[in-house]
Amino acid sequence: MDTFVQQLINGLNIGAIYALIALGYTMVYGILRLINFAHGDIYMVGAFAGYFIANSLGLAGPSWGGLLVVLLGSMIVAALVGMAIERFAYRPVRKYSRMTTLITAIGVSLLIENLFVAKFGGQGRGFPQLLQDDAYHLFGNAAISKSQILIFVVSIALMVLLQWIIFKTKVGTAMRAVSFNLNSAKLMGINTNAIITFTFALGSALAAAAGVLTAQYSPTIDPLMGITTGLKAFVAAVLGGIGNIPGAVLGGLLIGVAETMVVGYGANIGIASTYRDAVAFAILILVLLLRPSGLLGSTVQEKV
Amino acid sequence: MPRFLKRLLGAVVIALVLLAINMAMSKKGFFGFGIDLYQVDIWKMVGINIILAVSLNLINGFTGQFSIGHIGFMAIGAYSSAYLTVYFTQGWEQQLAGMLGAQAAAAIIFTFVILMGALAAAVAGLVVGIPTLRLRGDYLAIATLGFAEIIRIIIVNINKVGAATGFRGCVDPVTGATCVDPAMGRLTIPAYTNFMWIGVFAVITIVVIYNIVKSDTGRVLISIREDELAAQAMGVNTTRYKVTAFVISAAFAGVAGALYGHWRLPHPNDFTFVRSFEIIIMIVLGGMGSITGSVLGAVVITILPEFLRTYPYEIVILLALIPIMVPILRAIGRNRLPQSLRTGLGYYAFVVAAYAVLFAIARLILINLLSIDIRLQSVIGDISNYRLVIYSLLLIGLMLTRPQGVLGGREFGFNWLKRAQRRPEGDEAVGTSKGVPIAERDDPTADRAKEVENR
Repeated sequence: MDTFVQQLINGLNIGAIYALIALGYTMVYGILRLINFAHGDIYMVGAFAGYFIANSLGLAGPSWGGLLVVLLGSMIVAALVGMAIERFAYRPVRKYSRMTTLITAIGVSLLIENLFVAKFGGQGRGFPQLLQDDAYHLFGNAAISKSQILIFVVSIALMVLLQWIIFKTKVGTAMRAVSFNLNSAKLMGINTNAIITFTFALGSALAAAAGVLTAQYSPTIDPLMGITTGLKAFVAAVLGGIGNIPGAVLGGLLIGVAETMVVGYGANIGIASTYRDAVAFAILILVLLLRPSGLLGSTVQEKV
Repeated sequence: MPRFLKRLLGAVVIALVLLAINMAMSKKGFFGFGIDLYQVDIWKMVGINIILAVSLNLINGFTGQFSIGHIGFMAIGAYSSAYLTVYFTQGWEQQLAGMLGAQAAAAIIFTFVILMGALAAAVAGLVVGIPTLRLRGDYLAIATLGFAEIIRIIIVNINKVGAATGFRGCVDPVTGATCVDPAMGRLTIPAYTNFMWIGVFAVITIVVIYNIVKSDTGRVLISIREDELAAQAMGVNTTRYKVTAFVISAAFAGVAGALYGHWRLPHPNDFTFVRSFEIIIMIVLGGMGSITGSVLGAVVITILPEFLRTYPYEIVILLALIPIMVPILRAIGRNRLPQSLRTGLGYYAFVVAAYAVLFAIARLILINLLSIDIRLQSVIGDISNYRLVIYSLLLIGLMLTRPQGVLGGREFGFNWLKRAQRRPEGDEAVGTSKGVPIAERDDPTADRAKEVENR
């Protein structure tokens, strides 16, 4: 029971990170039908931005104020980067085919990765610990650390904020309109370009928050950290039904929990813990085969 | 000349050329002409990438099914063939060597394991293809990507093929270390592959895929790409054809894998999804639905990073000149040129010459007079660190300026050259009555999905 609770906590934790990144994938897909492969790298950019902000402010020890500054600062930096990518890479190719936009996205992803490797080297670097990482014992041997609590609190707060932006504000209404039908939204007087840019900024800020939170939990960052995490977050988005915001959160949590459960219990049923990375894909394929539009996605009827 | 004679002659010429290149790559050299090892490796990789790109084009470019799991089938080909070589074929090869000589025995055994690798990949293609090809668009893409990653992770977990450390040779199943007893299997994977093998299989791949595309089956595949529902309505069993194309494509990826596995020792990290993206980039860069385009893409994408290592400035100048060159040529216009340069090869020669002159001038000014390279070095350090940055910038730049790929849906060849001179200037019409290639169309299913959501 202890192990189960512990694995559940760890799994939900990783899942919350996946969910934060998956939100960016799903929002962009919902609006542009574009798989933004550079999104995983934005998560890495967020972590690096946090690192440089913390270092330039001379933050090394635990401080709540410092953490807040680093978190917000990296979110702003990543939002700007996301907006720049949208403006200079995606907007010019938007009118072309999906294949072209996809290759552009892969190109942007390669660009960010290689730029960071060339500039900062490929090796990992330690992220300053801005949090006294105490562990709180729940019962038995199950424990939750402060950085894990931070991940839960911040990610839930951000998700609530996102929900509020999308459903209660004017700009959110415009976002939903654009995702229903871009051209009609344009005809209704919505500045679709501005809305798309805003969507990228929003998604990138969430990914950056995920980057800083992960760096507090496991404090090594490197320029290629976004590849695997980004891919799994994308899988989470597809799993929940791409374009669907609650679906992305559900998918992220599901994949996070499934991964840690394989690590914790897989050996009992003959699955080595090295299969951890395969679980996300196995679940994805199963769900796609049984319910091709994802768990919460709307089923699309085909007509001639 | 009768057709079959022409073809026979073509085959002989290709074989002789490959043989000459192969000799040049060997230690002895080809009449004193040799290629150094670094370049040999690049050209081998080019050949393998041609096999991968052309075979992926069958499914992505001609059938219009978006697969990004091609590297998984290559992994299966590499590992299954190497597994056979290491654990089973040693005895057979010795027996054959007694009868036919060592070289012939190695060739026979290698052909056998390549075919087995292709078969294994084809079976995997069938297993993956039957369930996933019901999916469409991005969902198919992500499912194939998922399968490829699962294949890789399964390989990482098989101790007999070296698990995460890569497959070098026989592994003792008990200790998990490399064998000491040669009776258990070969200690290292023999390096059968040379350029000849890769070249022959690259040619076979191109010929087979070309003939499939030109056959009835190819027409059906293209009809599926153009409109799957319409093809269904015409009575085509679309699933069957899609799976067939997928299996053929996977089999060739298996061949590429087998060649790779007997050249470099296969390692799970060689088969990550990033490599699948690389093959996709090749076919999109060359132009979806163009076999010559895929070949071109494979050559360029393999060589470009290596060229950028040696000549970073020259490449950048060369490519930066294109947007300057095009308006200049337009301004001159063909009609002001002398008669002999107006059409066909003469015009191409003129363009190339003008380009070369401009390049020489630009290089002289930028590097010899302004010494940009030394100034840049003092700011950002060694530029060769940035070669992959330049590479990705070029990729994005190409997509922004020429989204349909270099060749669009056309095939490059003598016919193309002949047609190109007849076409009026600036006309970007797509060649051989294939309709608009998939790369230039919107996805109708996505629009349909949006329509349904709106109601």
